[in-house]
Amino acid sequence: MDKTIDEINRRIREGSARVVTADEMPAIVSELGEEGALKEVDVVTTGTFGAMCSSGAFLNFGHAEPPIKMERIWLNDVDAYGGLAAVDTYIGATNKSVTRAESYGGAHVIEDFIAGKAIELRAQSSGSDCYPRRNITTEIRLEDLNQAIMVNPRNAYQRYDGATNTSDDTLYTYMGTLLPHSGNVTFSGAGTLNPLCNDPALRLIGSGVPILLGGAPGMVVGEGTQHSSAGNFGTLMTTADMNDMSTDFLRAAYMYRYGPTLYMGVGVPLPVLDIEVVRRTAIRDEDIPVSIKDYGVPSRSRPLITQVSYADLKTGRIELNGEEVRTSSLSSYRKALQVARTLKQWIEEGQMTLCLPTRRLDPSKQVKPMRETRKVALVQEIMQRKVVTIKEDEEIPEAAKKLLKGETNHLPVLNEQGRLVGVVTTFDVAKAVAHPERKVRVKDVMTRNVITTRCDEPVDIAAQKLDHHRISALPVVDAQNQCIAILHASDLGKLFKPGGQGA
Amino acid sequence: MKLLVKLSHRSRPIIAEVVKDTGVLINVDRARSDAHEGEEALVDVPDEFCRLISEKMRGLGAEVSILEEGIRHDRDECVDCGSCISVCPKEVFSFNSEWELQVETKRCILCGRCVIACPHQALSNNEI
Repeated sequence: MDKTIDEINRRIREGSARVVTADEMPAIVSELGEEGALKEVDVVTTGTFGAMCSSGAFLNFGHAEPPIKMERIWLNDVDAYGGLAAVDTYIGATNKSVTRAESYGGAHVIEDFIAGKAIELRAQSSGSDCYPRRNITTEIRLEDLNQAIMVNPRNAYQRYDGATNTSDDTLYTYMGTLLPHSGNVTFSGAGTLNPLCNDPALRLIGSGVPILLGGAPGMVVGEGTQHSSAGNFGTLMTTADMNDMSTDFLRAAYMYRYGPTLYMGVGVPLPVLDIEVVRRTAIRDEDIPVSIKDYGVPSRSRPLITQVSYADLKTGRIELNGEEVRTSSLSSYRKALQVARTLKQWIEEGQMTLCLPTRRLDPSKQVKPMRETRKVALVQEIMQRKVVTIKEDEEIPEAAKKLLKGETNHLPVLNEQGRLVGVVTTFDVAKAVAHPERKVRVKDVMTRNVITTRCDEPVDIAAQKLDHHRISALPVVDAQNQCIAILHASDLGKLFKPGGQGA
Repeated sequence: MKLLVKLSHRSRPIIAEVVKDTGVLINVDRARSDAHEGEEALVDVPDEFCRLISEKMRGLGAEVSILEEGIRHDRDECVDCGSCISVCPKEVFSFNSEWELQVETKRCILCGRCVIACPHQALSNNEI
């Protein structure tokens, strides 16, 4: 016995619609059966609350006297887009303030507006006959704007990979702090409550569909950027009026050493039209797989470490290579529940009726990587092929001589088989000279934990290693750990020399 | 009970002396040496010996204070995401059945990892 959207809306208006949150649906279906659940439930509400970087708002400030065509715009010193008409702008969530701590960004401007705070608007112009004014500085509040319309290019990811880190260093990423040697696992997403997980074929979620966004009634614009529903990575473009939003459902955040981001609450109500909807909304945390990827590998295709489910992740521990590793979320399940429950309340009170998409999203779309026409610079293009090395059993004065002769500060140290086992610097040699009684041979003073690179590694990654470890050279090794070259921090300058790349 | 013990650079091995004199076993959770501020240790002692140990240490020239609240949790800023949970070496953080963050400050050793991991600046501590 299928239902029509009109029938469901009639029940909503009469106050007789049965609305449940998506986490309640599995139990209802197992108790009443699919037919019974279809008869009993009219609407399932979903919800998610987590970091959604791809968010921002269109703002219209009204005209100043004399008028100005704002070409460069700052809100609390956060750069806003100046390529729109005279007094319009788009403020993106992840832009950092140019003067405040880097933990303040566009997301914070948006939150401050919604919290009712005054924001400093600063703008510059080159001036025109119709817009003569060259600059303006003023303090504005949300209520002073003509429009403050949030339009988020990419919200509510259907699925998200979990993260761990097999490298030797702590990493600070958009997936939070990742401890070395797979010391923890982080994940995001609301699992059973996730809007798109409850409608993976995109029958109900599409353009024009009403939603809760940041606590305001809003709607789905259409597919989000990077929408890739063929691989279960669908996304939504969303919109709502900032004036109706609340900081209960929208929060600025800062990911250490990554930057500002915006935590958004997004909820979509799903009309229970037929058995297919019942079946989809009965999805449980156990049914939603999450791939745990290795963020220790700085590449687009990060290696898959293991596959688990939201149910596994929510226990707080999973097993990785025979060891128990703690898991924790970046998104808030409590807030996601609050989103779904608020949406349920709106519908029960008749404040929101439902509609089917005016334009459906493509369920077969697949995301493409960027087309790159210029090759990435590799270490082999700038490394020094002539490398002076030393054996670990040599005496310190020999190292000193080699450092002087090679005009270098770093000597890669090799064992009898010619493999790299350490590195000795001028500083190490100086220390050895200061304490000659204890340090006799190179192996007594060398650093054993050597950070290395390979000739086919992109220069940007090598530069990141130099920066991260505060060192100034990386031995270049081959697959057998033979030292074939060395990359000095100063070699990076070759990339910027006119006439192309050196060596 | 956690005690914050401040020592001067030239002090005697106070912690060792107190252990020897009292026979109470002390766990050093964290220790730091700073060129300007001297040495500081966060030690864990059984509750019943807290007063005895504090007095002994003070007698030997250390500044001792009880660390009541290791980590400060700002309930208004917190969104209960849980980013702090898996980075904490002492399992200070957990969720209750309502997915609300629970903070057992007494277990905290002030390592500060959670302060960095919190996306909402809801956590802060007394630096050691």
